[in-house]
Amino acid sequence: MTELAATDPLPKPKRDIAPILLPIALALLMIPLIGSPSTWLTLTAASLAMGMMIFIMASGLTLVFGLMDVLNFGHGAFIAVGAYVATLVFAPFVASVQADSLWVNLAVLAPAALLSMAVSGALGLVVERVLILPVYGQHLKQILMTTGGLIVAEQTLYALWGPQIIPMPLPTSLRGSFIFGDVAIAKYRVLATLIGLAVFIAIQLVLNRTKLGLLIRAGVENREMVEALGYRIRRLFLGVFMTGSALAGLGGVMWALYREQVHASMSDELTVLIFVVVIIGGLGSIGGCFIGAILVAMVANYGGFLVPKLALVSNILLMVAILMWRPRGLYAVTSR
Amino acid sequence: MTDLLKLSGVHTHIGRYHILQGIDLAVPQGQVTMLLGRNGAGKTTTLRTIMGLWQASSGEITLGGERIESRATPDIARLGVGYVPESMAVFSDLTVKENLMLAARDGPLDDTQLDWIFGFFPALRRFWLSRAGSLSGGQKQMLSIARAIIEPRKLLLIDEPTKGLAPAIVMALIECLKEIKRKGATILLVEQNFFAARELGDSVLVMDNGTIVHRGEMAALAADVPLQERLLGLSLEAHQ
Ligand SMILES: Nc1ncnc2c1ncn2[C@@H]1O[C@H](COP(=O)(O)OP(=O)(O)OP(=O)(O)O)[C@@H](O)[C@H]1O
Ligand SMILES: [Mg+2]
Repeated sequence: MTELAATDPLPKPKRDIAPILLPIALALLMIPLIGSPSTWLTLTAASLAMGMMIFIMASGLTLVFGLMDVLNFGHGAFIAVGAYVATLVFAPFVASVQADSLWVNLAVLAPAALLSMAVSGALGLVVERVLILPVYGQHLKQILMTTGGLIVAEQTLYALWGPQIIPMPLPTSLRGSFIFGDVAIAKYRVLATLIGLAVFIAIQLVLNRTKLGLLIRAGVENREMVEALGYRIRRLFLGVFMTGSALAGLGGVMWALYREQVHASMSDELTVLIFVVVIIGGLGSIGGCFIGAILVAMVANYGGFLVPKLALVSNILLMVAILMWRPRGLYAVTSR
Repeated sequence: MTDLLKLSGVHTHIGRYHILQGIDLAVPQGQVTMLLGRNGAGKTTTLRTIMGLWQASSGEITLGGERIESRATPDIARLGVGYVPESMAVFSDLTVKENLMLAARDGPLDDTQLDWIFGFFPALRRFWLSRAGSLSGGQKQMLSIARAIIEPRKLLLIDEPTKGLAPAIVMALIECLKEIKRKGATILLVEQNFFAARELGDSVLVMDNGTIVHRGEMAALAADVPLQERLLGLSLEAHQ
């Protein structure tokens, strides 16, 4: 038998690290611009925490886009629902929330977060079956259906809880800051960053170490071929959609605690950021979504400090800049 | 000789275009059936329709006596159909090993089967842990074929495996497909390369404008140059 191409050089493993360097470079560049090192550290910690929360909310959406080319404009509903569910758990346990003990606080916080994820995930099941299944492959109808779903969800929350803002106090032990010299870093930001990292690592492990994850990555690149190999991608998609919805619910709880309030349209301010993150990260790329979320949060925090007037457009400018550099986002993983 | 695959009166529309206009064909068990035709004749559309990637708008498709024309693609694959698409469609972000792990649906990779495949595609062993995206075009084609044969399949649908490959690699690929054939595979093979078609085909179907315009023995078509020119046009010259 002929030795096929046995003389070819071994392909070098290519690791595309330029996107990883981007947030690092941006952070370093800001040191002289901001001037005060302690302000810089505080802003950087704020960026990481905010970035991680956005990442958690956006991670499911990017896989949904990438895997099935479904435009879900209603993702924000899962965020708000998650937050409201947490208030239900918090309300009867005010004493435990106010107790000055990390363990007592966590004994309320953890079940609240888990219940929020469960409810958002279950809602994801219903939304996929009822709103998305009938409009499969039709982008315009997907936008209409999911936007409609978001409005229905928000109005239902208004109807059930009323239009007022519901306070969501941060548990006592998570208040305050860690002080290092003249640098103060809010405790909750540290926790949010750690949770975001844990979610990122967990997703990476599943995507890289399990057959299910391989199928998801393969499906993001070429859905038809995964089906031609005999896998029912619709089931895979439903699983990803529910997981993404559950993570949006978790993100909602975290964001509510960050803002210390819950509101039916709380996701409105986040939706634009989440879409920017999904687009600049590259549809379907978890790594890109992670970096994109940090970049968006950095632009919001550094930009808000340096040029507050640009706050509204700064993320759009970021998106334009990144898409001019890489038109399909930081990491292009889909074949579309 | 029983027919493993049969299409009768199959029409396929893509959007508002009427692409397949009544396809009747049979693929006999244990044989290599060539599907030839000019560019745009509808060869790829025929394979995609069999695979369920396009839905036939009318007509019947049977595989081993079972109707499959309204089944979903994964179910058709699970009946034992291996598909090597025109675009090869390797998962470029996954390694060679991971591509084959997904192709081996029913469990872990089988070492004897792997050794058999490495026999004609040694490059796959060398690049076992490399990203499929970093392989050359020929190596991707090998991986795509390896994916289809990693587990025994009843029927292989292979779309232009020699397209864009260097002559030496084309020869190796022909050897490989011959070996797969010797093992008793049933293959429906789309090919523009007439030399490859002559080497591999038992019977031949020629398509034009969404219909089958000729069917017969491959050897008979290979011996009849005027017929080839009439059916396949001058473009053939370039391949011979
Ligand atoms: N997605 C599509 N949308 C619209 N028309 C299509 C699509 N795919 C194929 N066609 C049309 O269907 C016809 C048959 O295409 P097909 O790809 O089956 O031809 P083919 O015989 O495989 O050609 P080639 O030898 O170039 O691969 C062509 O006229 C093509 O333009
Ligand atoms: Mg073709």
